[in-house]
Amino acid sequence: MKQEQFERAHRQEWAAFEALVAAPAGSEALPAAYRRLCQHLALARDRCYTAGLIQHLNGLVLAGHQLLYGSALGLAPQWGRFLAGGLARSVRARFRPVLLAALLFGLPAALLPLAMVRDPALVYLVEEPGSLAQLEQMYQKGAGRFGRTGQAGTDVAMFGFYIWNNVRISFQAFAGGLLLGAGSVFFLLSNGVHFGAAAGYLTQAGLGPQFWPFVSTHSALELPALVLAGGAGLHLGWALLAPGRRSRGQALARAAREAVPLVYGAAVMDVLAACLEAFWSASALVPAAVKLAAAAVLWTAVAGYLALAGRRRA
Amino acid sequence: MIDTLATVETPEGVELAFSPAGPVPRALAYGLDALIRGAAELALAVALLGLGGAGRGLFLIALFLLEWAYPVAFEVLARGQTPGKKLLGLRVLRADGAPVGWSRSSVRSLLSFVDFLPFGFAAGLTAMLLGRRSQRLGDLAAGTLVVHLEPLPPAPRPADAEAAPLAPTWPLTLPEQRAIMSFAERAPGLTPERAGELADLLEPLTGARGGQGVARLQALARGLRGAP
Repeated sequence: MKQEQFERAHRQEWAAFEALVAAPAGSEALPAAYRRLCQHLALARDRCYTAGLIQHLNGLVLAGHQLLYGSALGLAPQWGRFLAGGLARSVRARFRPVLLAALLFGLPAALLPLAMVRDPALVYLVEEPGSLAQLEQMYQKGAGRFGRTGQAGTDVAMFGFYIWNNVRISFQAFAGGLLLGAGSVFFLLSNGVHFGAAAGYLTQAGLGPQFWPFVSTHSALELPALVLAGGAGLHLGWALLAPGRRSRGQALARAAREAVPLVYGAAVMDVLAACLEAFWSASALVPAAVKLAAAAVLWTAVAGYLALAGRRRA
Repeated sequence: MIDTLATVETPEGVELAFSPAGPVPRALAYGLDALIRGAAELALAVALLGLGGAGRGLFLIALFLLEWAYPVAFEVLARGQTPGKKLLGLRVLRADGAPVGWSRSSVRSLLSFVDFLPFGFAAGLTAMLLGRRSQRLGDLAAGTLVVHLEPLPPAPRPADAEAAPLAPTWPLTLPEQRAIMSFAERAPGLTPERAGELADLLEPLTGARGGQGVARLQALARGLRGAP
């Protein structure tokens, strides 16, 4: 068939399709019209019709493709399913990198305070004396963020700061995984060391009664968030180091898709942790014993969620 | 082909062609976005920082959203275009040509932190220059492309029926026919001198040079297109 005949036969159909894709609302007629257009494009290429016609049809097919292959599910149901169990399933599916991340954070955080019992000077290997003094001042009775009895303004300011700061740390712990995992390892280790140093130092300085009730509740969300984000980063790094039977590019793209739920989960947990840290942990109205009890409940709930949620419809 | 086109095969079995955007337009788009974000941050700082603690908290939350949610929200909700990309005529697509969703857009935005390393997006630039489809590291991980958004090319005009079609003096292969038809299609957009120069290449076929050669080729093209 000559090009002229081909154009005459289908010109009206193409114009109609152009109107169809330009219309704001989707149309029932689109899929069938789109498939006919795909056929026309393939024919035009095969028959060596001119570049102008092929570009026109390519543009039309592209516009139809954009409309046809989008995400159908709305955002709200996706998030509902995700929080009801999808997140926990993703974490269990990535069990090994998450466990490794937990060890990278947890070992220095736990071992450093223990080692400091034998040699308190160890803390000066990792922290400046100045910043330790600042830390100590922060947890003195009645100073800084303690003894607050509902100055709403300061609470909101701290809330904003925690969101801005903590979510960013989690995101960086994930993104660092692209450097063959080294960035994630660094962020996990360094946060573990700093946490361990602060905990050990404050406990030895006799400020444990202020420190532990403060951190215990929100850390139930904040520390797992960092571990999840770091684990997601390690998953990326591992895909680059050992891509298996895929090319590195394919392995990376696949690992990134698998890791995204963990990063979303980390962001959600960080925001919740920021709420707790600003409005609950720092409040002087809540007795320490209540805070510790709430912490025990929350830690159990997080662990239970990650271990059990979403098993039924797996 | 020297075109830097990226082609993908759709589920319908046809190939779609895109032209990926290189580092310069993307850097410009990023710069524009940074300006817009900076202006928004400045306005928020003026509006909120005077309000004491609560204002400071809101400002930090807004800062966080501008930093992390701005690109993702625009890419997903505004058909793959942040305001900067829109001004430069760029668009983010999935590598298979479909619109980006939340998860891919998040990956490419989150990983821009690594593309920035060690300074000034050096890692991202290297990745873009090494790859065929100029994807930065975040694009590679997310499976996305940044392409030039071209307006729909106009439908080819039907041949004018003034001059009579001409038959070639010897058989032409399909690619040869296509070259002649494409020339006739593009000739109105060329200067007469350039069109004549190109037509001179086919002097053995047309037996004429310059303007007359162009006219002969157009007549040949009409015949090949099958114009009445």
